Amino acid sequence: MSDLQAIASRIVNEAKERESVEAYVSRSVETDLTAYGGEVESLTQASSSGVGVRILVPSDDGFQVGFSWAGSLDDDAVRLAVSQARENAGFSSVDPYAGLAEPDGFPIKQLDLVSPLFSKMSIDDKIALALELERATLAGDPRIKGVDHASYGDVHSEAAIATTSGITTSDERTGAYLSVSALAGDDTETQSGYGLCVSRDPYGLDADLVVRDALERSTRLLGGTKPQSGRVTMVLDPRVTATVLGQIASALSGDAVARGRSFFVDRIGEVVASQHVTLVDDPTDTRFFGASSVDAEGLACRRNVLISEGRLERFVYDTQAARRAGTRSTGSAVRGGFAGRSGAGCQALLLTPGDDDLAALLARVGDGIYVQSISGVHSGVSSISGDFSVGAEGLIIRNGVLAEAFREATVASTLQRMLQNVSAIGSDLTWLPGLAAGLSVAISDVQLSGR
Amino acid sequence: MTELIDLVPASTIQAVLNEAMGRGGEFAEVFCEDRVNRSASLDDGRVEELSTGAERGAGIRVVVGGTTGFAHTADLSEKSLLEAARTAASVARGGSSRTLALGSPQHHRAHQSQGIDAVATASKLGLLKRVDDVARSEGGAIAQVQASYMEGRRRILVANSDGVFSSDDQVRTRFNVVCVASGDTGLQTGFESAAHTRGFEMFDDIDVDEMARLAARRAITKLSARPAPSGELPVVLANAGGVLFHEACGHGLEADHILKDSSVYAGKVGELVASPLVTLVDDGSMVGEWGYASIDDEGHRGTRNVLIENGVLTDYMWDMLRARKEGRSSSGNGRRQSYQHLPMVRMTNTFVMEGTQDPDEIVAQTDHGVYVAKLGGGQVNTATGDFVFGTTEAYLIEHGKITAPLRDVNMVGNGPEVLRGIDAVGTDFSMVPGTCGKQGQGVAVGCGQPTLRLAGITFGGTAA
Repeated sequence: MSDLQAIASRIVNEAKERESVEAYVSRSVETDLTAYGGEVESLTQASSSGVGVRILVPSDDGFQVGFSWAGSLDDDAVRLAVSQARENAGFSSVDPYAGLAEPDGFPIKQLDLVSPLFSKMSIDDKIALALELERATLAGDPRIKGVDHASYGDVHSEAAIATTSGITTSDERTGAYLSVSALAGDDTETQSGYGLCVSRDPYGLDADLVVRDALERSTRLLGGTKPQSGRVTMVLDPRVTATVLGQIASALSGDAVARGRSFFVDRIGEVVASQHVTLVDDPTDTRFFGASSVDAEGLACRRNVLISEGRLERFVYDTQAARRAGTRSTGSAVRGGFAGRSGAGCQALLLTPGDDDLAALLARVGDGIYVQSISGVHSGVSSISGDFSVGAEGLIIRNGVLAEAFREATVASTLQRMLQNVSAIGSDLTWLPGLAAGLSVAISDVQLSGR
Repeated sequence: MTELIDLVPASTIQAVLNEAMGRGGEFAEVFCEDRVNRSASLDDGRVEELSTGAERGAGIRVVVGGTTGFAHTADLSEKSLLEAARTAASVARGGSSRTLALGSPQHHRAHQSQGIDAVATASKLGLLKRVDDVARSEGGAIAQVQASYMEGRRRILVANSDGVFSSDDQVRTRFNVVCVASGDTGLQTGFESAAHTRGFEMFDDIDVDEMARLAARRAITKLSARPAPSGELPVVLANAGGVLFHEACGHGLEADHILKDSSVYAGKVGELVASPLVTLVDDGSMVGEWGYASIDDEGHRGTRNVLIENGVLTDYMWDMLRARKEGRSSSGNGRRQSYQHLPMVRMTNTFVMEGTQDPDEIVAQTDHGVYVAKLGGGQVNTATGDFVFGTTEAYLIEHGKITAPLRDVNMVGNGPEVLRGIDAVGTDFSMVPGTCGKQGQGVAVGCGQPTLRLAGITFGGTAA
């Protein structure tokens, strides 16, 4: 038993009679470094750990629930967290849907998310990676006038969960990343673009790809102007697609749906998207950087088909949302570390790729816009109403190929209409660190606002 | 409650700083933090999971040349702090050590409350419970009511090799209401938020019922909203829209972007960068505001810094590291999310000073445009100056009158262009709270402005 599991079990063993207790214990060790101007700008080496405790006290028609966390695994801090979770439960209303996850018999697929090479690289070699990343970016194109940051980072994290309902699980993973943000232009204009790569260990990082991405993305925006307003077809860059899928994921949370806060309420079984759209959430697919054997409540992660050829098949549920909706958990509890409370959410979204590579996709579209990046997502996209309005920059598509750049524009529609208007999906599957994999996607009839 | 200085005595701080400077470092800093956060939320009339969290630790940094070494630990024992100091100092590759003599610490207190334990939990939950009834009484269309109460006490102690040795005791309280209205056109939301660097006494001046009514009415109004326009239009921005300046120029005036030449405002001090009607200030000393603290997270007192005066760029915002590079002093803008993060240049309370025009007149003098009553968040690319910000309550202006409500929409503009196009500034100044994210760190900031008009900005709606 790991020391984290021992702590989690100890907390659970201290449950008072009739109480249900869940303990989540985690630890991470990380290195972060940035290069600037040919030297190390900052080097951070640290570890952090903590515990989150949830206590449920039964009453006639449900439970009172209290939560507490501590950013430490010291005995005193853990003890205080337990007593405060208990005290907090006493103040909360009785919740008929509250409940801990219970083992559901679904087999846990043990994924190997730890690379044996993770700890093999010396700090000097990691520094060299970041310095070389900056150097290669600056030297990569005469139009590059600076690098905003060139970073290397890695993290080794572990977590353990135990509950009075019989769950004991643990999770361990390693990861490393490289990223660089390039500034292209001259005295009169600056454009920026970044490159990013993740891997389970530093040796799996592809620095050339990161540099190439940053160079292409920053330089191709040069000379961009405000585009002509109008109804257009847009092709989303794989990274933008992943961001948009993240917003759609919020509306697919069984918790949001059960509480009436999703545009998908009451639409199971209906056609909500074009026939090209098949969307699957499968955290056991290890190609995802965020792949996981167990969810944040300790149930086995599993493959859930959410949208099949345009038809809305199911939502993702944690235990509480499932109870609210009268169904079972889909192994989809997510939480933001020990200090976060768990909720229902997607973990590894994959849109089924189409047959077209980017060139073929652009040729199919003919005329439109290629959206390289979007901004203002948290203020302009609502997973409740579905309203979608974001800042956009990218390239004009003319006669089936990428042409001049545009910037200072917005694109608008609703998420509902965008799903219906997906006219083609690319084959260019791109693995990104977030919850969704990227792909180029063509969406027709969106409003472009510029001049 | 034990004070931080009792947990980490001055003798320990001194030993840690000496260790940190032991390998030829030019600057060293110890930042200790003790933080307690509490929150409770109300959903569907029920008080859900109350949460309490506590965190304590120290971050140590060592600067040598252009390099910063940083390590943090949750263990405040001298042994663990010394180890973190050695890790942070590993960026220095040897050299003479310096022995420091610390003076006495300066203790500050950024609030007048009795702390977060003085008021009973039941009273705090009482505020939440009334919100549901009040909001639902605004109309049957209100389908969901959510409210949240958050409070936190953060005590910091910072000492550095330049002789800074200060502590602060900060209490912050926040109250949010979100209403969802349901109608034939789908779901719409209304949001209200109040947040201050104050304790529970904040509610002496804030009417929670009024917040609930406003949020509910906003959601109901938006049910009949028409699609927002697409294209460039004049905008009258009400005084709840301070986030515009936070995005349009605030971030671009942070010295880290300036020194890396990744801001459109680099090299422009002394130049006209905005309409002469605009005077922009960042003021960390505005007592009680959301972005207020007695000292910043590097131990410097918050000050009032004029950034743009009558349209002319006068200065940037500085933290210790960037100021040091330029041989000047910090402007009190060195902030960090927690002891686990390196400080960087951050805004505090950023606002445009009030002008001379009657806000109603500004609307009356606008023939056709959009009245934005409330803004959501925004985002900027400092390198290009292009930014977006979203509305959460907006209306058409037709023939000088506020008319039909509009659905939520983002606007996009270029900072310098938008600032130059401000052609009216009102007399009705007010501040709103926000959480500013930069490089993954969130900090509390205040944003303020009077009602003002932008000659033209691009609306990202769907209507022609």
